Amino acid sequence: MKIRLVADAFDPWQEIVRHQTEQPGLAGKFGATAVFVGTLRDFNQGEAVQAMSLEHYAPMTEKHLERLTAEATSRWPIADMLVIHRYGELRPNEPIVLVVCWAAHRDSAFAACRYVIDELKTRAPFWKQELTGKGRRWVGQEK
Amino acid sequence: MSITVRFFASLRERLGKGQDIIDSKGIGNVADVWQACAQIPFPDNVLAAVNMEYARADQPVTDGDEVAFFPPVTGGAR
Repeated sequence: MKIRLVADAFDPWQEIVRHQTEQPGLAGKFGATAVFVGTLRDFNQGEAVQAMSLEHYAPMTEKHLERLTAEATSRWPIADMLVIHRYGELRPNEPIVLVVCWAAHRDSAFAACRYVIDELKTRAPFWKQELTGKGRRWVGQEK
Repeated sequence: MSITVRFFASLRERLGKGQDIIDSKGIGNVADVWQACAQIPFPDNVLAAVNMEYARADQPVTDGDEVAFFPPVTGGAR
């Protein structure tokens, strides 16, 4: 079980391989790997997006990510889980979030992966500010 | 005898500050903390947390706590 908040761009596919290499005990224990990668689009709400700034509340964000991954592993039989989330300045086509669930069978892997990404989106304190041709705008926040 | 107060995202910009340290004297709950820091009424859409846990306006606050106020978190559409 690993959670990382990172300021710099990361390659989700390399991270999956690295995690499996660093966890040799995992070998042979899983038959299913479910992966979700969230990536920054170059459009949102009808406007071209040039960049996005992702603000977070580090200790609270970490605490809630740890809690919801713990919830997922108590609900489904999960062999291991990896969550990586960006913060700071992002460019379109850069991955924002990676959720990986390793399990014996696919039902648990899919369900836990879906649970973690859906709960993360509503409970983990992150705020998005987009840079468009009209300047910077907060997403989903009234002025 | 102090309480650390933090503000995030558009609320931080609106209030013009990211952090406050206030005297815990006379502070009973989250709403009292807001009043001590902001010159505007508590906005309906603002969320609060005490020591990294989501909290309501009437939740008690004590000396040494960290209280945060922020807009709704933005996860994006499904």
